[in-house]
Amino acid sequence: MSEYVLELKGITKIFPGVKALNRVQFQLKPGEVHALMGENGAGKSTFIKVITGVHKAEEGEMFLNGAKVDFKGPRDAQAAGIAAVYQHPTSYPDLTVTENIFMNHEIKKRGLIQWKEMNQEARKLLDQLDADFKPTAEMGALSVAQQQMVEIAKALSTHAKIVILDEPTAALTANESEKLYRIVDKLRDDGVSIIFISHRFEDMYRLATRVTVFRDSQYIGTYKVDEITNAELIKQMVGREITDLFPKPDVTVGAEVLKVENLSRTGYYKNVSLHVRAGEIVGLTGLVGAGRTEVVESVCGLTKANSGKVYLNGNEIRVKNPTDAKNLGIVLLPEDRQKAGLILEWGLGRNVTLPILKKFVKNGMINENEERNLSKRLLEEVDTKAVTIFDPASSLSGGNQQKVVVAKALAQDNMKVVIMDEPTKGVDVGAKAEIYAIMGELAKQGFAIIMISSEMPEILGMSDRIYVMCNGSVTGELKRGEATQEKILEYAMEKNANEKSAVKKEGVN
Amino acid sequence: MEKKSVWKKLTSSRETSLVIVLLVLVALISVKNPSFLGMQNILEILKNNSVIMIMALGMLCVLLIGGIDISITSSLAFAGMTVGMLFKNGVIHSMLLGFLIAMAIGTVCGLVTGLIIAKGNVTPIIATMGFMYIYRGFAYLVANSQWAGADALGDFKNFALESYLGFGLVNNVLIIVLICYIVFFILLKWTKFGRNIYAVGSNAEAAEISGINVARVKISVYTIMGFLAGLCGALAVTIYASAQPNMQQGKEMDVIAACVIGGVSMNGGRGSVGGALLGALILSVIAKALPLVGIDALAQNTVKGFIIIVVIVLNVVTQRMMDKSNLERREM
Repeated sequence: MSEYVLELKGITKIFPGVKALNRVQFQLKPGEVHALMGENGAGKSTFIKVITGVHKAEEGEMFLNGAKVDFKGPRDAQAAGIAAVYQHPTSYPDLTVTENIFMNHEIKKRGLIQWKEMNQEARKLLDQLDADFKPTAEMGALSVAQQQMVEIAKALSTHAKIVILDEPTAALTANESEKLYRIVDKLRDDGVSIIFISHRFEDMYRLATRVTVFRDSQYIGTYKVDEITNAELIKQMVGREITDLFPKPDVTVGAEVLKVENLSRTGYYKNVSLHVRAGEIVGLTGLVGAGRTEVVESVCGLTKANSGKVYLNGNEIRVKNPTDAKNLGIVLLPEDRQKAGLILEWGLGRNVTLPILKKFVKNGMINENEERNLSKRLLEEVDTKAVTIFDPASSLSGGNQQKVVVAKALAQDNMKVVIMDEPTKGVDVGAKAEIYAIMGELAKQGFAIIMISSEMPEILGMSDRIYVMCNGSVTGELKRGEATQEKILEYAMEKNANEKSAVKKEGVN
Repeated sequence: MEKKSVWKKLTSSRETSLVIVLLVLVALISVKNPSFLGMQNILEILKNNSVIMIMALGMLCVLLIGGIDISITSSLAFAGMTVGMLFKNGVIHSMLLGFLIAMAIGTVCGLVTGLIIAKGNVTPIIATMGFMYIYRGFAYLVANSQWAGADALGDFKNFALESYLGFGLVNNVLIIVLICYIVFFILLKWTKFGRNIYAVGSNAEAAEISGINVARVKISVYTIMGFLAGLCGALAVTIYASAQPNMQQGKEMDVIAACVIGGVSMNGGRGSVGGALLGALILSVIAKALPLVGIDALAQNTVKGFIIIVVIVLNVVTQRMMDKSNLERREM
């Protein structure tokens, strides 16, 4: 019997023109949680796909419990007890939870699907995970965190011995992450070995015993989590030292630019008041679903508020649609870059100039030379790694895509307010630092910046002031000096806590 | 940045594969029937398919924004029939006025369709299916169990016989087709509106956030489609020298087929004027060629459908190869 449940040696995977993996190795001990870290594009996802049989490696060997295996496809891996939970739940939104869990391995008798048994089985799996929804719920109606639970239940339903989690906490709030941690702990205690990919150091410290680092398609090393410092690990991941992750410049804050007063939208948020001044970075945080995104969507004209007022430079404004917001100089960098921020199949240059095409129109025709020159200049300003402005946006990593979105905002030269919704979501450490640097630079230039974020370190590290929302209301405002993780969490869960205690009191009475 | 060689540029374009398909088709047919390549014959084919060719431009825009319009031949019939009846009853005599009225009717039809789709949030296929019946019904109502024949149309029918717009060399109808293609080529390639069409079709959400009025783009596109359908209504009346309420019925599928053969994506965002043109040409050549090479009239639809499938499969294969070669360039 081997010391490892899973061992890979000298794995090389070549895609047309690129080596995605170059002789990498990996060892997974029974019952351990093993973190796999590295920048975007380091080869982690490809590696996972080799393990799960989606990709076939050109070179290298894979051993399962000491025996050499050769997966022809994902089915083989599944049969061997390997299950993967991907970053974006790969689910069927119109089907029920049960159907999703048992997709492709339904419980059948004489060719007929046994719904009752399947629902019972699903119920059991969900109970194991302390899930708060029914197996008959429709998948699309669940939150991302809940959908992830379904994916984990699906992995369990195949009696997997090795579970791979690909950035499971990327879309989760602190609370939901905590719940996921407990699930992972439980799986480990049940003897499941877990490979865990994440960009969050919190995840690694909380869960993993060992960590393997990949960089540029190569294996860098495996370390015990207790024996490596954060700085060392970052150095291994990016190949250089990042001296200061949060380069928050000291900016003299100017006059108030945007002010929101008692803004309400039925069912989404209520009486929200906040303001941001020139050169100020204001953090807007809270649990996912607290109404943060919904508030800024109304400010930008994507949805309509029922009541309340919005002021720009002291004058009341009415933003009926995104075009109004654009004309007034309020720019939103949406949370979902791929869906709402960029047109992925378009070249970078065209993406950047999309909101300002009018500028290049002469006699009804677009002056493409001028357009190209400007987009080139702007893209150089934010330093994307792209080769040309004609490269499609889809060819860039998440971090670089975010930079293109920033360039697109910069193109709008009447810009006064920048609203960034989760600017570093799914972005690796190196690119994060660069995005923070760009944010600092924008603040220096006197733009008013609102940053929505669920990530504590960046909220604490980058904000001059922090608003915390909970259940659709602003529950607290903290200055840079006085903000701590505990205080923010307290405000973020304030209403929940109050409601719960209120219920309890009623029960007592 | 490396300059691509002309050869590479050619081979990396979907249009090239269509040109090859077209050339092969033409070559095969002219072997069997040398008269096929005669100038007269070519111009005749173009003229007879001008309605499809023009409407393919409008359909290209509709498909680019991720929509579809199957009501076009109905609004065509409504516009054409109205003009035919106006001539027949002696209400109008001017050819220009006939064209203007037809175009106006088509434009209004398109505008209404666009409003329902964009403002009423109705799925395009459903909305235009409804209008397909409504506008066709209007054509029958206008006709009132009559039709306008060559005698009733007077000078109007001569437009398609003469060539004064083409300085006596090329038929008037073909000049109209040419103008339409030039205008749409410029529109889609070099204007803000054209870029907005691609943006809405590729990613409506991103377009909206970038400050593009998505609803307005949609309404405009359906209106343009209607305008072209109206124009084609007048053209069809003059080409066939008759106006009947069932005119061009079912041809909307040929228009869509022309676009699809030309590599226009049904999901929006992908397609070009060149593609639509080649698609329409391939379709016209097929239609004309089948009887020439002696395929029985009864079998023609089957053969046509089969060829459409083959061309589209070829198209998908080239697209995949292109995507793959793009991926190879991608740095990881």
